[in-house]
Amino acid sequence: MDEALLRSLTPKVLGILVRRGADFAAAEDAVQDALVEALRVWPADPSASSSSSGYPMRDPKGWLVTVAWRKFIDAARSDAARRRRESLVEEEPVPGPAPASDDTLQLYFLCAHPSLTPSSAVALTLRAVGGLTTRQIAQAYLVPEATMAQRISRAKRTVAGARFDQPGDVATVLRVLYLVFNEGYSGDVDLAAEAIRLTRQLAARVDDPEVAGLLALMLLHHARRAARTAPDGSLVPLAEQDRGRWDTESIAEGVGILQAALARDRLGEFQAQAAIAALHADAPTAEETDWVQIVEWYDELTRLTDNPVVRLNRAVAVGEADGPRAGLAALAALDASLPRHAAVAAYLHERDGDLATAARLYAEAAQKAPNLAERDHLTRQAARLNAHRSH
Amino acid sequence: MAKYLLLKHYRGAPAPVNDVPMDQWTPEEISAHMQYMRDFAARLQKTGEFVDSQALAPEGTFVRYDGEGRQPVTDGPFAETKDLIAGWMVIDVDSYERALELAGELSAAPGAGGKPIHEWLELRPFLGCPPTITE
Repeated sequence: MDEALLRSLTPKVLGILVRRGADFAAAEDAVQDALVEALRVWPADPSASSSSSGYPMRDPKGWLVTVAWRKFIDAARSDAARRRRESLVEEEPVPGPAPASDDTLQLYFLCAHPSLTPSSAVALTLRAVGGLTTRQIAQAYLVPEATMAQRISRAKRTVAGARFDQPGDVATVLRVLYLVFNEGYSGDVDLAAEAIRLTRQLAARVDDPEVAGLLALMLLHHARRAARTAPDGSLVPLAEQDRGRWDTESIAEGVGILQAALARDRLGEFQAQAAIAALHADAPTAEETDWVQIVEWYDELTRLTDNPVVRLNRAVAVGEADGPRAGLAALAALDASLPRHAAVAAYLHERDGDLATAARLYAEAAQKAPNLAERDHLTRQAARLNAHRSH
Repeated sequence: MAKYLLLKHYRGAPAPVNDVPMDQWTPEEISAHMQYMRDFAARLQKTGEFVDSQALAPEGTFVRYDGEGRQPVTDGPFAETKDLIAGWMVIDVDSYERALELAGELSAAPGAGGKPIHEWLELRPFLGCPPTITE
């Protein structure tokens, strides 16, 4: 069974149900039930399908619409609003011409509605637009399935009054997709790949260079994924990665998308971040990285966002472009309580030759690390310098 | 089956035999330690005895209710003398003896010089559910 196809059909089927008169929350439940049904009954190998299971393969969308509509009607029958909804059965329209506006795009906007918290928007987007099951989303975020189910129902109640046909804000959608991408992956769902798929689908519908910028940023980072961890699971910093393991196809696609976006001269933060990722991707070796240009892009980013984390990353780039002393000077202007401040300071002091300070700061940074992989990495850095100094 | 919590402490447990902070180990010793921990968890997953494992950040805060309409009171960061939990593993095993055996294995994880740390782990039984048949 083609799970990717199933997921790509999800928002379309949901849109059809809503246009037939189902309210969003009930329709979304019905589509979810149909997806679970499809996962159960669709043949694992379409080529080997018997005549009885051939129908979903010939017209998977029609099959999903039929099953989802039936699930919706079943639920509606047992509902308090029974009479009103049963009248819908009688006037059920035949699946017909495509609606004038883009249902899938409307779903993106609805699921990233500004009234939703980020975690709710993420969960709802993955289910209603992404076509993931509640169980898959729960596994990916390491919470019990019942908790995720509640989060999704509450999110749907929150957007119950929102108009389905109003234009939304692309920027809020991009923030949700960025969050999904950054979560990485656990369980059997690759959230980074899913975020790329959803952003690609959005880019096909919205003419906005920032959507292209985010897609390029994701592709460029995803291209490095295989090189980012050692076989034992430890982190490999950018400079030490085996660049032969970078996915050149993904890089080429990301660079192409980015160049087309930049040519339109409507710069935004995702394009600027993607430009930095592209300069890294472009360097055959770490030594050949164009740090001067990277600093310039960080300056652009600072103008666009004025985010202290950007200034911290800029200090690293300045350290590479103009030497560690210049990097430390840039760092001195920043609040020492910023996340990863100690790690950046440790790195710059090591480059400056002050190994004792660097080792102490790496150990301090390990104490403050936000996850185990970073903590292990920083502890190893401290250990490496301490071992070096004692010999 | 009975569930047990294996608690690892940053502070508060008696000092281990091989008491060298991790940033003083060699990178190879750190790798060997990590590998041992991963193998241990993987083995328990295979035997059907693994339930959960989590690590905690070293900082934290005490919080309490301060009355109607007030913000909760906080007291923190933790004092240097406070017992400080680093993380845990929950196991579901057939006997107390098995729980002891596994805790002993985990405590033997290699540290400085590749020698076992002999770290003290706190072993705590879960309070279970009342049995269905009691007569």
